[in-house]
Amino acid sequence: MICDSCKERDAVVHLTQIVDNAVTKLDLCEKCAAEKGVETSGGLPAHPLGQFLADVQQQTSIPAGEIGRCTFCGASMKDFRASGRLGCPRCYTTFEGSLRELLRRVHGHSRHVGRSYDAPEPVRREQDSIRGELRERLRRAVESEQFELAAELRDKIRVLDQ
Amino acid sequence: MTIDLSLLPDGGVSWLDASGANSDIVLSTRIRLARNVDGFAFTSRAREGERLRVLAQVREAAGASESLAGAFLFRLDEIQAQDRMLLHERHLVSKELAGLDANHPVKAGSAVFLGDGLGVMINEEDHLRLQSIRSGFALGEAYERAAALDRELGSRVPYAYHQEFGYLTACPTNTGTGMRASVLIHLPGLVLTKEIQRVLTGLQQMGLTYRGLYGEGSEVVGNFFQISNQTTLGRSEDELIEQLVHVVRRVIEKEEEARKVLQRDAGYIIEDKLWRAYGTLRFARSLTFDEAMNYLSGVRLAVGLKLISGLSVYTLNKLLVFSQPAHLSYVEGRMLNESEAAQARARYVRDALASEAGSNG
Repeated sequence: MICDSCKERDAVVHLTQIVDNAVTKLDLCEKCAAEKGVETSGGLPAHPLGQFLADVQQQTSIPAGEIGRCTFCGASMKDFRASGRLGCPRCYTTFEGSLRELLRRVHGHSRHVGRSYDAPEPVRREQDSIRGELRERLRRAVESEQFELAAELRDKIRVLDQ
Repeated sequence: MTIDLSLLPDGGVSWLDASGANSDIVLSTRIRLARNVDGFAFTSRAREGERLRVLAQVREAAGASESLAGAFLFRLDEIQAQDRMLLHERHLVSKELAGLDANHPVKAGSAVFLGDGLGVMINEEDHLRLQSIRSGFALGEAYERAAALDRELGSRVPYAYHQEFGYLTACPTNTGTGMRASVLIHLPGLVLTKEIQRVLTGLQQMGLTYRGLYGEGSEVVGNFFQISNQTTLGRSEDELIEQLVHVVRRVIEKEEEARKVLQRDAGYIIEDKLWRAYGTLRFARSLTFDEAMNYLSGVRLAVGLKLISGLSVYTLNKLLVFSQPAHLSYVEGRMLNESEAAQARARYVRDALASEAGSNG
């Protein structure tokens, strides 16, 4: 489809306007749309997976804004819609409902049946790396003003330090 | 710092040696496992400090790994763009990790462990991307090596794993097994008989997908297709591999049939076309990369059809890698512009073919 304005580039923005009770349709390229002051990125998912998820949420009536932010990395569903990437492993728990549906649509299944995994016992890990990890979470908690969580993390670090 | 690729076992490209099964049609087999370290944000959201700690943890685990004994660690954030490009041209690191895209420069903590046919990219889209590469059609073997390395690293580094969803990855399209199994296959017969579209559509219906020579987002050049599983969740690693083996076997059969049809119905036309490709490579004074790839595809077919003898598949495989811009600049010892690279490429290809020209025709 060619842009109605410049008649040169491919149209990527499709406008339906109602002027004087008449419906007019306008197909514009990105450049002409911008020149006419049409917002092309406002709130629109920038990533195909994000679009996919937006559709899923619409159909399953999970309000996009309702689920808030991940308590670990601070990512929201809006971030996911823009990038198509999740922020951290915890996002899978935070946005579990939406993601289960998304995974089902992408893969046809949402349950892993491949090799299972048991993480090494924390005692086998370096105490330092556990402390570092807790400090990182504490910084994130303070930044996102989650003070209750921050206090809890601070206590854990103190216990380790002793 | 300049890297010395000769430190790597066979320069990291032993998968080019055409020693594997069906290596006249299948160039290489690759298994990739995506893993993340629990307790850290995924790479794109991780701070510099987090990325460096991920690197430190993986480094420690890799040091204790038998699979990676003798492997080298390259800190991509400490080497020059030219060297990062060399690693990318050898299919050892992704374009993203190498920071070759002008909009996405190399990030702190980006690194790669490289052993013999086995490697780990660190701080790519996922914290760890384990890679196992074999020559020819060898999915089972490639998976076994990747899985062994995975067990070793996973016993020291706590992976992000969810009871229901499996291995957790930055992009939900990789969640579950985190596995991408792929086969790099040369299908000129199917392209020339115009059967390719049907085959590719068939692949997609079976839950498989195809890409170009450099994986996601890369174009198909020289009739090379990378066939891989599309989904990663809801089926086990073994099932995914079994299906890919089954389908690739069928594709190889189809390619062989197409080659027979070509020889039977268009013998002299094909023969002429392939010899012209050989003639161009043997004598041209300037070759673009795409040109070289397409003519090399013709010569590879001619070798497969036994029209040209005395030319090894190994040599043709090496030309795919060594006629790329960064490798040509490396050989010439200076940065080349496009036309200089085209001339250097023609010279390199001429010399390589001339040295094996003994028994042609």
